[in-house]
Amino acid sequence: MAETATIPVPAAPAAAHGPHRTSTGLSHNKIAMWLFLASDCLLFGALISTYLLYHDRISQLQLGPKEVFDIPFTSVSSFVLLMSSLTMVLALSALQRGDIRRNRVWLLVTAMLGATFVGGQVYEFTTFYHEGLGYTTNLFGSAFYTLTGFHGVHVTIGIVMLMSLFIKSLRGNLTKENAETVEIIGLYWHFVDIVWILIFTIVYLIQAAS
Amino acid sequence: MSSETISHETAHTDHDDHPAGHAHPGDKQYIVVALILGLFTGIEVLTYFLDFGSAAIPTLLVLMVVKFVMVVLYFMHLKFDSPVFMRLFITGLILASLVYAIMLSAFEFWS
Repeated sequence: MAETATIPVPAAPAAAHGPHRTSTGLSHNKIAMWLFLASDCLLFGALISTYLLYHDRISQLQLGPKEVFDIPFTSVSSFVLLMSSLTMVLALSALQRGDIRRNRVWLLVTAMLGATFVGGQVYEFTTFYHEGLGYTTNLFGSAFYTLTGFHGVHVTIGIVMLMSLFIKSLRGNLTKENAETVEIIGLYWHFVDIVWILIFTIVYLIQAAS
Repeated sequence: MSSETISHETAHTDHDDHPAGHAHPGDKQYIVVALILGLFTGIEVLTYFLDFGSAAIPTLLVLMVVKFVMVVLYFMHLKFDSPVFMRLFITGLILASLVYAIMLSAFEFWS
């Protein structure tokens, strides 16, 4: 009978082992977020494609993109969201250096910029509605509100996550050691930004230029 | 006959999302990237106020792609992180692009 000697591998204490020792050598939380973002590409791909198909299926008497879009206003909103990506990386960078105070400031600024963007979207929707473009007015309205509404919901969820991080930091639970949490939420936030880069060009600017 | 079994020899390796020598950029680099992104957004908005003629749409599409790639590479750190993350994201992007290109073709969007 074969004799098998097993060399036991000592179990390291949780603190020393840490959350980063995984079978892949990569953070599984980060892999999960990237997988989610990859799948979210399909969601927004569907919404953008639907918009492209239906945005011009309106009669001449109905309100269309050219009648309702306010490009200067949306440009400012887009710039605000773009700059929130900068403040997000600055928040992460500060925490990685162990600068908790700056991390809190940048997290709060990012959430406020996000809220400004969502506020702008609410204002835009309200204006369009008063001009006569409701969700069921025509196919353009349905496709537009669905696409930009889903994006707005993503931004809102991002703001909730950022404020959760801020509160966690105030309670002293957000330190250099768990900077990965901020990085993962940052990935989500930047994804929301890149989706808007696509929407701003495809839905607003190309429509205005054509 | 004896044999040695070393269990979990390589099951747990040190976490290293960042390949050696590829640290995240510093704050100054982030600010430079943001300024470039802001500049590109400004050029995009100019296409609304100025007449770019037939160059407007190609310009907008190129700027859109460049901005997208810059955010993904620098702010989302794909340039510096493990290539596994890049592969995951690219897979999703390609899958989405293919699926919806086929869908748009089926609806005769391009004609």
